Amino acid sequence: MDPELLKLALGGLVVLGCIGLFFGIGLALAAHKFAVESNPLIEEVLESLPLANCGGCGYPGCEGYAIEVVTNPDVPPNLCFPGKEAVAEKVAALTGKKMTAVEDTIAVTRCSRVEGKVKQKHKYIGFSTCTAANLGYGGPVSCPYACVGLGECAAACPFGAIEMVDDFPVIDPDKCVSCGVCVKTCPKKIIEIQTMKARVWVPCSTKDAGKAVMGVCEVGCIGCKMCVKVCPANAVAYQGNLVIIDHAACIAYGPSCGEACVEKCPRDIFRHYQGREVVARAADTGLKMAG
Amino acid sequence: MSANLTFPKGGVHPPELKGLTEKLAIEVMPLPDELELILGQHIGAPCTPTVKRRDEVSEGALVAEVTKGLGVPLHAPAAGSIKALGSSAHPLRVSAPSITIKTNPEAAPATWEVQEDWRQSTPEELLKKVHDAGIIGIGGAGFPTHVKLKPPADSPVDTLLLNGAECEPYITADHRTMLEKAEEVVEGGKILLKILGIKTCVIGIENNKPDAITAMSSAVAAATEAGFDIRVVALEVKYPQGSEKQLIQAITGRKVPSLALPSAVGVVVHNVSTTRAVRDAVVLSKPLIEKVITVSGRGINRPANLLVKVGTKVSDIVEFCGGVKPDLARIVLGGPMMGFAVSTLDIPVTKTTSSVLFLTEDEIDSRELSNCIRCGWCLEACPMGLEPKEIGIYVEAGRPEDTAQFGVFDCFECGSCAYVCPAKRPLVQFVRLAKMKAKR
Repeated sequence: MDPELLKLALGGLVVLGCIGLFFGIGLALAAHKFAVESNPLIEEVLESLPLANCGGCGYPGCEGYAIEVVTNPDVPPNLCFPGKEAVAEKVAALTGKKMTAVEDTIAVTRCSRVEGKVKQKHKYIGFSTCTAANLGYGGPVSCPYACVGLGECAAACPFGAIEMVDDFPVIDPDKCVSCGVCVKTCPKKIIEIQTMKARVWVPCSTKDAGKAVMGVCEVGCIGCKMCVKVCPANAVAYQGNLVIIDHAACIAYGPSCGEACVEKCPRDIFRHYQGREVVARAADTGLKMAG
Repeated sequence: MSANLTFPKGGVHPPELKGLTEKLAIEVMPLPDELELILGQHIGAPCTPTVKRRDEVSEGALVAEVTKGLGVPLHAPAAGSIKALGSSAHPLRVSAPSITIKTNPEAAPATWEVQEDWRQSTPEELLKKVHDAGIIGIGGAGFPTHVKLKPPADSPVDTLLLNGAECEPYITADHRTMLEKAEEVVEGGKILLKILGIKTCVIGIENNKPDAITAMSSAVAAATEAGFDIRVVALEVKYPQGSEKQLIQAITGRKVPSLALPSAVGVVVHNVSTTRAVRDAVVLSKPLIEKVITVSGRGINRPANLLVKVGTKVSDIVEFCGGVKPDLARIVLGGPMMGFAVSTLDIPVTKTTSSVLFLTEDEIDSRELSNCIRCGWCLEACPMGLEPKEIGIYVEAGRPEDTAQFGVFDCFECGSCAYVCPAKRPLVQFVRLAKMKAKR
């Protein structure tokens, strides 16, 4: 090889190498001087979380929760809904916080529009989300509390647990982790988080008087308060024209009441909660259910 | 009269369609059997009823008063008995608390007579009368009038504008009021000037109403008086000429800053019909219990300008106007640009209802929306210089909370953008969704 060229090549290598070394040392010094203190515990907690970033805990994503649960002593370790008990235990162990029970909950829709043959008041044309349709004179459905049916909850669910069947959301109990994103999304506020162990539920959230309900829906709650009267456990209340069930009291009383509320409801809107069947089905498949 | 004035930016020219009713004199609608008085007629917290079920009330009697926040009291539009304290259909809130009055057809209508010379009263006394008569901006916004007449001390007002633009298609209620009650509007203007303690008043009228301009000009000339400098100006026919900020810029050349009130540039704007109501309140001590509305559109058998009691149900109006035609496709409360489609006839007229439109399929556009093609027509049409297309795109992408950067709170939802959009995008709806989530 031409020695001139060889000299040139070697010279180039030396010059570039020196530049590289100079910047390398510079970067190393900078990294040392401006190092960001990070708490290794946060990293560890973050790794134990499911990283679904659903926001169900109320913090901005999994990292937000990890930082809060480590730095703020008042934040409990059991806020991760998708992680359930396993994650809560890990987080409690890592942060040294007291492990509190994780109740197995699920999102339920408090509306039966599909079977209730709720009347339509108009045809909606426009941006196809429930919130947008709700702006136009309360949406196309006559009942002001009924599901609009454009599937904004299904689109928002980070776990794909909601499927729209006949324009009505059907929640898959195996996929739902009760993160609460759908509860925040629904403009009619008909989705609730309820314990999996609930024995009964009322799939209607109307606050209208009985006459108005009769006019628009075949299965809506008419507020006759029969359920309140027959419940031996005083677990059913009627607040603001809405049936509210105290599930803890209902479960504590047990099945000896023969589910009088379900039997007596003249509109057949007081129902056995199918979540129990869900639990039974899950038990068959060997899936661990809490509680 | 000066040359046609207008605002500098944006605006659209929808078909005016005022021919259906502009030649029809105001008719007094007979008293319906029932009136439903919505408690939240104005912007702010609803009133609290002062009457009970089965109470007898006389025409103009107080039935509800303000217990918190801004607001004005409500009065019985006719003599009768209180049938129920329940709820009524509402164009925006779907249902709202209301008082139902069963009217008494036997009762003689109240007579309102000139009581005293308002010139002897102090501005404070006049202001109290305006408040006690339940007067709000009946052009559509529903802002309590007495609040607008008390501008903050740090921004003195030097000009009163009376808004007679009536730029919405179809509506001719203000037009007929100016034509038939010109003297009363001018007298109301003088009362407002006295309350504000200023001299200058400009009445702006779009020049598609030359008869109203002539009538108002001669009424102003006939009522010339020392201490009051009132004049009438013609405005170019362009929507939204009657929007407060656009009207101020067209007439005075002053630009109201973003999110500020007109008093920031020394101007107060009142609608001509509100001005006439102020005159009635002060001169006759008559509360705001009736208003002129336009019933129009090709879907109604007999279009009309009607003087109706507040609380009259649309179903009664339909009956009085000879029923609807079979090809009726949509009912809109308010104008076609800013009004609200409703799907019931059991909805009562409020103080802010200016028209009820019965539109047929060929008067509306029910094509489905498609994607934004970035043509920029909405930017040209927007009178506030906003970018409606960006707001729409952000809302569709699920990021409504990031739209404050496009000035979403400056949008007053005039609908010019949606009117010109070739992709039929519901841009006003997108803006409303954005306003729900964005932070100021």
